[in-house]
Amino acid sequence: MSKAARQLLRGWLGRQLDDAQRAWLDEQLMNLEENPSDGTLAIALGMAPRRLGKADLALEPADYAAADAALKGWDPHGWSAADAARVLMLTEPSLSNGFAHRFRKLCSTADVAELVALYRGLPLYPEPASLEPQVGEGLRSNMRSVFEAIAHRNPYPRAHFDDHRWNHMVLKALFVGAPLAPIAGLDERANPELARILCDFAHERWAAGRPVPAELWRCVGRFAEGGAIDDLSRALTSENAEERRAATAALAASPDPRAAQLLATTPRSP
Amino acid sequence: MMLIDPHAHMISRTTDDYEAMAAAGIVALIEPAFWIGQPRTNVGSYLDYLSHIVGFERFRAGHFGIRHYCTIGLNSKEANNEELAEGVMELIPRFALKEGVVAIGEIGYDEQTALEDKYFRLQLELAKKLDLPVMIHTPHRDKKRGTSRSMDVCDEHGLAPSKVVVDHNNEETVRETLERGYWAAFSIYPSTKMGNERMVEILRQFGARQVIVDSACDWGISEPLGVAKTAKLALQKGIPQAEVDLACYRNALEAYGQSGQMKESDWLNPPAIDQRNLYEGNSILRGGREPKIEDAKQPRRSMDDLIIK
Ligand SMILES: [Zn+2]
Repeated sequence: MSKAARQLLRGWLGRQLDDAQRAWLDEQLMNLEENPSDGTLAIALGMAPRRLGKADLALEPADYAAADAALKGWDPHGWSAADAARVLMLTEPSLSNGFAHRFRKLCSTADVAELVALYRGLPLYPEPASLEPQVGEGLRSNMRSVFEAIAHRNPYPRAHFDDHRWNHMVLKALFVGAPLAPIAGLDERANPELARILCDFAHERWAAGRPVPAELWRCVGRFAEGGAIDDLSRALTSENAEERRAATAALAASPDPRAAQLLATTPRSP
Repeated sequence: MMLIDPHAHMISRTTDDYEAMAAAGIVALIEPAFWIGQPRTNVGSYLDYLSHIVGFERFRAGHFGIRHYCTIGLNSKEANNEELAEGVMELIPRFALKEGVVAIGEIGYDEQTALEDKYFRLQLELAKKLDLPVMIHTPHRDKKRGTSRSMDVCDEHGLAPSKVVVDHNNEETVRETLERGYWAAFSIYPSTKMGNERMVEILRQFGARQVIVDSACDWGISEPLGVAKTAKLALQKGIPQAEVDLACYRNALEAYGQSGQMKESDWLNPPAIDQRNLYEGNSILRGGREPKIEDAKQPRRSMDDLIIK
């Protein structure tokens, strides 16, 4: 668990909340410290948006830099004040015993905004590896905001998912229309199996006469050889400029000599 | 005209229904916790049900530009299974403070047994403690007496009538409900509860001051356009627009808004966090066309629509 990250959350909230809200939050944290029961926690989590409102956390560029420094890859873009307060409550050190069980139980009765906060806090929790099965459940959610709370701007998947779960997360993002760019570790965790899955997916989309999401090629480039070069060659002729640019970038990253030839003979995309 | 359906079991309805309701002007609805057509055999399935109506169903409604709220409670039928009831009573405080929970309900009597009475009273006390409104399901059988008794018990427990909605009223119960200061809700439900022509007559006779119209649509043969069709018929039959607005929109907002969880700005000007999580907005409010029941009546499924896209 990151003490520095908790301090940041506390500082950001302290800046933004009014006196009564700050007093309420301090009281909840003190209650949790003294009596870390399920009941105390459930009420504190439930009341957070009622007491603290639904405003977004107001952060400056320096705050994002501090977040990343405290916890590599942590990016609190899009967090609400209630998210921050909930994660602060969940990371109260008195709750760290048996956290995985507690986390699972909380997820089973959470509303949508609570689920989002619960999953956004993942990089800050104790024994993060033990949470992985429940995170898998969250990824299966059909609620896009819940899926994105795990997949986007969250260093947890990069650190804890095996290739199989990682690849399915990327693929599901494409299926639910979630952008790939906010996935932390997208380039670093690219792998040959994912490249194959994505090329197959592109073929499905072409066969159905549907557009291929341009971002997909970003995960293919480094592993593009053989048939994948043909796929990129087809993407180069797309009517969509974004897709042509993505295919050009992927070809530039490919180790296959055919990729370089193809780039040399293709007029530069605008 | 903006409409609210303050009693709709959407967990049993299709996406066609959501589309039709949105097209007919429904901007918000309330899904009361109730039984699901057959008895639950264990508390786990009740937990999943409550989790579904506070979570996924809310999200699903948001896709159609409809704001979804719910009520949490142990219904009267299942109050008769004591083992289940005890388990559910432990769940209720865990769900009652979730976002979008606007009341404890629907609770009350079915066969008017001792167990129903016990759990009704316990939940009234809980509503008082949590400062939440109450939605009362009045029984189908022995209705007149069951309705009076429901209000007697609320009085006995010291609930303010202005925080209690007595639902499924009819011509026989309406006068007493209104005179005692409770909200009187009517379910426009074909064959069994109330038809919309009868409803218009009630509006003509009693006015709309404490009256709330809902559809109570569920897994039975019911009408998700119950509120919209009643509003339209009432206007056609000369009920003033202001009265229709009270019965089909404003009173529900006022009654359940006492929870602090339901505000007009939720659909007129939703906060950014809600737009990210569950509600992108209502296309009609965003400047689309006027709501129309006719649109909603277009057959949604036809073998003539051969191409599937
Ligand atoms: Zn009902």
